[in-house]
Amino acid sequence: MSSEARRPPLQIELKIRRALGGKAGWNGVAVQLAFAAVLGWIGYEIISNASDNLEKQHIAAGFGFLKNNAGFDVNQTLISYTGSDTFLRVFVVGLLNTLVVSVVGIVFATVIGFIIALCRLSPNWLLSRIGEIYVEVIRNLPLLFQILFWYLAVLAALPNPRQSISLFGIAFISNRGLVIPSPVGEGGLVPFLAMLAFGIVAALTLRIYARRALFRRGQVIRIWPWVLGLLFGLPLVSMLLFGRPFTLEMPQLKGFNFSGGARVIPEFVALAVALSTYTAAFIAEIVRAGILSVHKGQMEAGSSLGLSRGTTLRLIVVPQAMRVIVPPLTNQYLNITKNSSLAVAIGYPDLVSVFAGTSLSQTGQAIEIIAMTMGVYLLISLITSAVMSVYGWRVSRSLGA
Amino acid sequence: MSDITSSSFVRQNLLNERPAPVKTTGFIGLMRTRLFNSPTNILLTIVGVLLLWFTIVPSVKFLVVDAVYTGADRTACLTANAGFEVGACWPYIQAKLPQLIYGFYPEAERWRVNLTFVLAVALLVPLLIPRLPAKGLNASLFFAALPVVAFFLLYGGGINGFGVSWTTGLLQLFDGSIIGAGQVLLGLSKTSALGPLLWVVGNLILLVGTAIHWLIFPLIWLRDQMQGSGQSVWTDFAVTTAVVSVIAFFLGGGLRTGWRAVASSLTTFAAIAIVIKLMKLDHGGLPIVPTNLWGGLLVTLVVAVTGIVASMPIGIALALGRRSTIPLIRIFSIAYIEFWRGVPLITVLFFGTYMLPLFLPGNFTVDGLVRALIGIALFTGAYQAENIRGGLAAIPRGQSEAAAALGLSWWKTTSLIVLPQALRHVIPNLVNSFISLFKDTSLVSIVALFDLLGSLRASFSDPKWATPSTLFTGFAFAGIIYFLFCFGMSRYSLFVERRLNAHRRN
Repeated sequence: MSSEARRPPLQIELKIRRALGGKAGWNGVAVQLAFAAVLGWIGYEIISNASDNLEKQHIAAGFGFLKNNAGFDVNQTLISYTGSDTFLRVFVVGLLNTLVVSVVGIVFATVIGFIIALCRLSPNWLLSRIGEIYVEVIRNLPLLFQILFWYLAVLAALPNPRQSISLFGIAFISNRGLVIPSPVGEGGLVPFLAMLAFGIVAALTLRIYARRALFRRGQVIRIWPWVLGLLFGLPLVSMLLFGRPFTLEMPQLKGFNFSGGARVIPEFVALAVALSTYTAAFIAEIVRAGILSVHKGQMEAGSSLGLSRGTTLRLIVVPQAMRVIVPPLTNQYLNITKNSSLAVAIGYPDLVSVFAGTSLSQTGQAIEIIAMTMGVYLLISLITSAVMSVYGWRVSRSLGA
Repeated sequence: MSDITSSSFVRQNLLNERPAPVKTTGFIGLMRTRLFNSPTNILLTIVGVLLLWFTIVPSVKFLVVDAVYTGADRTACLTANAGFEVGACWPYIQAKLPQLIYGFYPEAERWRVNLTFVLAVALLVPLLIPRLPAKGLNASLFFAALPVVAFFLLYGGGINGFGVSWTTGLLQLFDGSIIGAGQVLLGLSKTSALGPLLWVVGNLILLVGTAIHWLIFPLIWLRDQMQGSGQSVWTDFAVTTAVVSVIAFFLGGGLRTGWRAVASSLTTFAAIAIVIKLMKLDHGGLPIVPTNLWGGLLVTLVVAVTGIVASMPIGIALALGRRSTIPLIRIFSIAYIEFWRGVPLITVLFFGTYMLPLFLPGNFTVDGLVRALIGIALFTGAYQAENIRGGLAAIPRGQSEAAAALGLSWWKTTSLIVLPQALRHVIPNLVNSFISLFKDTSLVSIVALFDLLGSLRASFSDPKWATPSTLFTGFAFAGIIYFLFCFGMSRYSLFVERRLNAHRRN
């Protein structure tokens, strides 16, 4: 004898109360009303004061100023820019400069960080102590201090271009920055790039196919000779068929400075070095903690299954460590992007320096300019955290399966 | 019984001694097991020794061996005069030391800075040693009393009123704003399409404003009477003491248990009276030193300590708000935290410097240092909120359920049961945020404040001390100071962490 469970009563009033005021019920609604009144009052005060003050200073509110001529020069531009371009273009130039220094910083910080982490985990006592000293010293000094140290003390102490330090005869470093050979495109460039892109896509497809075969049918396909052939062979063939893709223009010392080659301004060098060495210390700690978080038994279980040490590391330890490493690592990448705004202290033309600095002092449009600058950084960090929550969802799904 | 020694299976003579086992302890053992046990390790050790050789040796040579220790100006630190390759130029630091510590704080008034440092250390050290008693009193002195006293010591100036005058002023400001808003709405109602509605709302707001005005009228009258009398501060002080004590008496449980609350309120006010009398705040206090004269380590520490003190209440409020079930408060807390955590500190300082003055009434100017402090407090508050939220999440639900079963209200549950445990859990994280806040104070030098790094940078441009080694000497000095503070804090956080996890150690 079984009877249907009775449906619970509807309790509409309770549900409304819960939705509007949370656990506190109608009291919560009252608190919210008071809170909204206070917020509204603050907002009203801010808007009325701001409009009064702007009127007094004869500044027109709005984004119309973006179409005006900027009238100042920027000493590093990735897209063509002259003083007669608009403030909107200054904004784009600054944003690109921020992104390029962040990407360079991220690449070097990751490499240095992994090396330091390996040093700290090394069985060699001396190396692990050196890694520890590096981490402690770098983490306990302010980043701005390090940027100024590299820029004012180290780079300024370098010799002038005539006595510049040569790196293997192709790059020259002096107190005017770094000069590197610049690639100049030739006839074979387009087919070369096309072949390279095709090779990368084909290699990725091959890898996906091989993994699927492994998981579905347990069939091991050796793909690395094919990948090598696709990645290096195809571009080589295109070079043989269509000629050289590019030639390197070597920097030449003429008079007091270099001509030819690409010049990297010293501000960029100082900022990139400081950002990457500083963040590397944090990345090293993250990587170390991630690898130590994998239980020793995993390694032992791998070898008891007959896997070699390298295979155990690659298939068992690293994937588990990566789950711990990736979220804080992304956080550090975000920190590099945010910290690149310290460029304003040494005059590297990043977003904050040229837009929130020079443009702000020329136009006086403080509200619009600072809101745009903050908006850019906010957007970058929101996108990153959205991507990370997707990653976290995938990891938890794979753990649940 | 036959002699056992004559049996053929018994050995007749002693075995040779085996060699002692390879030593694995001590320096020799370390070298054998961790440094030179395999060809790869030998290679790595050589690389490490070379690395140290090329970093430590030149540093020591620069800082100690080749350094110049005495001199009057740059000539002492020139290679031509010293006769050897000159390293660090310490006389330069000696000459610039006052600037690096006090900035341009007048020399006759520097005892005030020193006194503040001494007070802060005297209150901070017992707070950090876990074994010492009276943590509650100590913390309230450090976090509430010290900032006020330090303000009047460092900045100077006096007061011409007390509780009643301040409350009245605030209420008047609030009321004026309400009446202003009502009048604006009435003005808009003449032109807007929503005219009648705006007219009604505007009149309602005006009515509320007028009602408040009549409600606070007795306070205004009292204030004016007191300002008219000769002893305005002390009359105001007496009235405030009486009012607060009476309120404490009734909140503390009336005739039954209220006497305790009255006693503690009276003691607090007596202490405040002593401070007012000692610093002569009722007679104008100490001479005012404007903040644009402050500089060096003073500004660094003022910014760091203010940030630490101000960010805690903001962080606690936001953390509780983010865990609240009331929708608007939760949404506001999340938006606030994510906004400030998503932008770099330097844009926050730009916001404080250029945007904040626009948001305040026109006749209201804010000091440059205060603008930076507001920005830093808002920014750090968001980071502290996330730390504290971690601690709140670590408290088992049974704690608050047990408190509810005992009949405690939400406020009592939070302040007596949940928060104390949560805060103790996250002390290491909080200290780590303090370290990064301390490092981030160097950013105020970008918005034209002269902290330690800013003063250092300013001192580089002095032609009297321009030598090739000036820059490196200055950076070495500032680096050592920053390192000592940050390293000390990080060691303290490790110490607390180990203490907190003592039960988990085996």
